Amino acid sequence: MQFEVGSALSIGSILLTVIVVAAMLIWVERRLLSLWQERLGPNRVGPFGLLQVVADMIKIFTKEDWVPPFADKLSFVLAPTVIMIVILLSFSVVPFAPGVGVIDSNIGVLFVLAMASLGAYSVMLGGLSSDNKYALLGSLRAAAQMVSYEVFMGISILGVVALAGSFNLREIVLAQADGSWFVIPQFIGFVIFLIAGVAESHRLPFDIPEAEQEIVAGYHTEYSGMKFGMFFVGEYLGLVLISSLITVLFFGGWMGPFLPPIVWFAIKASMFIAFFILLRAAIPRPRYDQLMTYGWLVLLPLSLVNLMVTGAIILSTQ
Amino acid sequence: MIVLFYLAAGIALISTICVILQSNIVHALIYLILSLLAVAIIFFLLGAPFAAVLEAIVYAGAIMVLFLFVIMMLNMGQHSVDQEKSWAGPRVFIVPALMATILLAQFLNVLSDYSFDLVPTEIGVMQVSSLLFGPYVLAVELASILLLAGLVSAYHLAKK
Repeated sequence: MQFEVGSALSIGSILLTVIVVAAMLIWVERRLLSLWQERLGPNRVGPFGLLQVVADMIKIFTKEDWVPPFADKLSFVLAPTVIMIVILLSFSVVPFAPGVGVIDSNIGVLFVLAMASLGAYSVMLGGLSSDNKYALLGSLRAAAQMVSYEVFMGISILGVVALAGSFNLREIVLAQADGSWFVIPQFIGFVIFLIAGVAESHRLPFDIPEAEQEIVAGYHTEYSGMKFGMFFVGEYLGLVLISSLITVLFFGGWMGPFLPPIVWFAIKASMFIAFFILLRAAIPRPRYDQLMTYGWLVLLPLSLVNLMVTGAIILSTQ
Repeated sequence: MIVLFYLAAGIALISTICVILQSNIVHALIYLILSLLAVAIIFFLLGAPFAAVLEAIVYAGAIMVLFLFVIMMLNMGQHSVDQEKSWAGPRVFIVPALMATILLAQFLNVLSDYSFDLVPTEIGVMQVSSLLFGPYVLAVELASILLLAGLVSAYHLAKK
């Protein structure tokens, strides 16, 4: 058995790593936040509190998994599985290192965008089926936010696609092989993708769909037990996915000197995960209408101009 | 390959029938999304990955989200399910079933003249786009003008 794209070993280890990393992020996030806020954070269970995740998992698995009698059963049960499935499927086109990946798809970038747009159903169905006004408000916000930010997310990476000349994520990494990372010519695209990524995975500061202070917990108000756990881990999976995508699209993927490729990928992706956690600690939540206005009036024109300028430069240098 | 095709086709057929028969509108919508995704898989198997992924992004990912968005705004409860049930009695299905049978007969008649030994060749994004912006550029531009008109009129109507 050895690592090659699509081998059972490759698929199995990616699946396991991604899920374990997403679960461990619960602990990482709490420790990092407390570091920046001059607290201690969870440090009791195991060395450095590392086993906190295990304790949390045991708790979440043994909790009562309650479906409210007034909820719509089919969509209530379906909603949390959707987010897990679409994000895990998105990882199938991500090239982690030479030979490590699930599939080399010629439509990789489009596939990720398709999965991101299907992810909106998770929050919408979750909120709608709960038959609860806070949940409904949360999912209304989530739907509008995700549909809007999907647009800029797609347009912002078209510059990279044009530069690399391919929708294949592995070829996009290989196009940056000479050390010319796409973050330099596509800095605006990178910033827009970063912001849209935070909004897509509805993390703080854009966690308006689940703002505790206004609407209890938003779309997952009625969820408990493992169904809530899936929403929770799904959010961290989304964080890992966005960080991996930024690494692949703008920061040369696994490329780097001395260290093995997979280590470089892990280092770059962890940098962005830590950055997203820092964003959460540093920036307050905007108001909902501010978020939408900002998206449509600032990010959309900016991403269109970026795309047009990139296209013009590519055409003029040919 | 052929097994996947029949699986996707079966899912598309059954879920489309479920869309028609379902009286709960949210469930009907979920079946419709399932049907669209199955059609996307069929596109992919026939060698059109770009069409497949656009089907998933545009139809399943954007238009259906807007449908669901509208449904969330309308207060659909048990009463709408009951109303739908009272409307969709067996008598309603007579004429549509008749017309569907005629269509199916025509379809089978046309298909029976073809031989089925074609091997799907993959048409990539590059080939599709060079066709779209080559010989078909006029159609693309016309579609964009239509969309722009729609956008402007939607803005105007929403402002009132």
